[in-house]
Amino acid sequence: MLVRMDNLRVGFRTPQGVSEAVRGVSLTVGQEKLGIVGESGSGKSLTARSILRLLPGSATVTADKLEFDGIDVLSAREGALRRIRGKRAGLIMQDPKYSLNPVMTAGAQIAEAWRAHKGGSRRQATKAAIDLLAQVRIRDPARVAGLYPHELSGGMGQRVMIAMMLAPDPELLIADEPTSALDATVQADILRLIEDLVAKRGMGLMLISHDLPLVSHFCDRVLVMYAGRVVEEVKAADLHRAKHPYTRGLLECLPSLVKPKPQLSVLKRDPAWSAPQ
Amino acid sequence: MRRIKSLSETLSSVLVTLFGLAVVTFMIGRVVPIDPTIAIVGDHAPPDVVAAARLQLGLDKPLPVQFLIYVQHLLHGDLGRSVMSSHPVTQDIAQYFPATVELATTAIIIAMLIGIPLGVLAAARQGSRFDQLVRVISLGGQSVPVFVLGLVALLVFYVKLGWAPGTGQQDVLFDGTVPRVTGMLVVDAALNGDWDATSDALAHLALPALVLAFFSLSTITRMTRAFMLDALGGEYIVTARAKGLSGTRILWRHGFGNIAVPLITVLALAYAGLLEGAVLTEVIFSWPGIGQYLTVSLLNADMNAVLGATLVIGAVYVGLNMLADLAYRLFDPRVR
Repeated sequence: MLVRMDNLRVGFRTPQGVSEAVRGVSLTVGQEKLGIVGESGSGKSLTARSILRLLPGSATVTADKLEFDGIDVLSAREGALRRIRGKRAGLIMQDPKYSLNPVMTAGAQIAEAWRAHKGGSRRQATKAAIDLLAQVRIRDPARVAGLYPHELSGGMGQRVMIAMMLAPDPELLIADEPTSALDATVQADILRLIEDLVAKRGMGLMLISHDLPLVSHFCDRVLVMYAGRVVEEVKAADLHRAKHPYTRGLLECLPSLVKPKPQLSVLKRDPAWSAPQ
Repeated sequence: MRRIKSLSETLSSVLVTLFGLAVVTFMIGRVVPIDPTIAIVGDHAPPDVVAAARLQLGLDKPLPVQFLIYVQHLLHGDLGRSVMSSHPVTQDIAQYFPATVELATTAIIIAMLIGIPLGVLAAARQGSRFDQLVRVISLGGQSVPVFVLGLVALLVFYVKLGWAPGTGQQDVLFDGTVPRVTGMLVVDAALNGDWDATSDALAHLALPALVLAFFSLSTITRMTRAFMLDALGGEYIVTARAKGLSGTRILWRHGFGNIAVPLITVLALAYAGLLEGAVLTEVIFSWPGIGQYLTVSLLNADMNAVLGATLVIGAVYVGLNMLADLAYRLFDPRVR
């Protein structure tokens, strides 16, 4: 198992006391494609980012167990964390418009990630960056390497982001809503790219999304989160047989081309779903 | 093509600003209750002498005509003659300005070398003791007037402790021994190979430069800190951390790398502010710069000199702004 997480809790200190955003999540990730779905604020991003301890400074994290390949992430020093971040687990974020450094060229940002973990000369790193850009199917990699983020389209930016996170050959890829900021046609391209690369490199994947059909189509296993907790875990193929009323409600809300409904139902929330356990 | 267009826009806006500057200085010269003729011929001159002087200065002509003549002279590089020194004002300014440049440049370099790291580190440790201390110091620089600071510094370091030499640019011992090349005494003495004179000039430069530096240090620190806080909140910082980079590299390459260009504007303005703010410091430290020249001319109602010096300081301000603007266009990939 790459990731073992037991009873993870993430809270934020507020003047009114600690407000818990993640309330006891347990999960494991191996060399598989794990999907985490949930609405905004359900804690799915925080859960994924705690694996790399990439939370804002105001957050407090506790867990009975939080391990990456046997390394205790919670007690690890900054140096040990840096040997996990990027090198063994990459993080793809939502919008390349904000997640790429605006004053560095695409090539320089990829080369930096490569060099940070593999060493080597500047020239080697630049060559590796161009090679990686070709791997994420950018047509003119040498030219794109010299472009700044504002000169890239959303899809190209996300490819650069993926290339950057693949540079040190990680074992786990965390994709935090990687397609939410992209056009529908580009979304499919990027997902197919991620799928291919994950299969080819034998990586584990954590795909975080609020798009149920996409995740069920794409992943092996799906966790459904609500109000900071995992309310349901199902095999992706069995999603239509989900039992939890929240998951059922979400599925009911989706329009379908095959079985059109005269009226879409509305999700009715039950306070019991988010009640403390 | 876009670059040429933006360049010409910058240049034309500079020309408009310079024209405005000329109008304002001209109007000041005509509005102040000082009669330039009296300054020349004296209080007790007979009326016909005064009238002749007025005629000679062109003061009998209507204001717009006077302005046209003023601008025409300006374009020929003629700022008129100083009553006090009886030299052309341009010659006086060439005499005094290098000393101001020397002082302000030293000050801005000190302020940059201290202020930028302070601001960056304070932002990196926002809310810490270090951050609080930096904020108090920079608030001090902002609120203590430069003349208070200058006098206190002289009292402490010259009068009480004797660490610093007195006022002026050099010791009387070296007076007139250094041949004038650039007008900046430290540089001239070093060029001449006279190390005693060089170290003496440096010692004299230290205190006024430090006082001036403290003045703009606060602005530079505060702006660096604010820019950095903004940059460090960016998503690309999370990306940089996710890449497993070191804290130092994230701070300087990704954080500071994003604020370096906007910071140039702050530095240019701070430098211009020093050239201007040097007026008081120069008076306190008897520094023979343009601020000193301006003050003495003002007290003697030597209007040509006052207007000329004002115009030069204003033009330098506009010029530095233009350079900052150009630097922005050259170095920021998003503007380029």
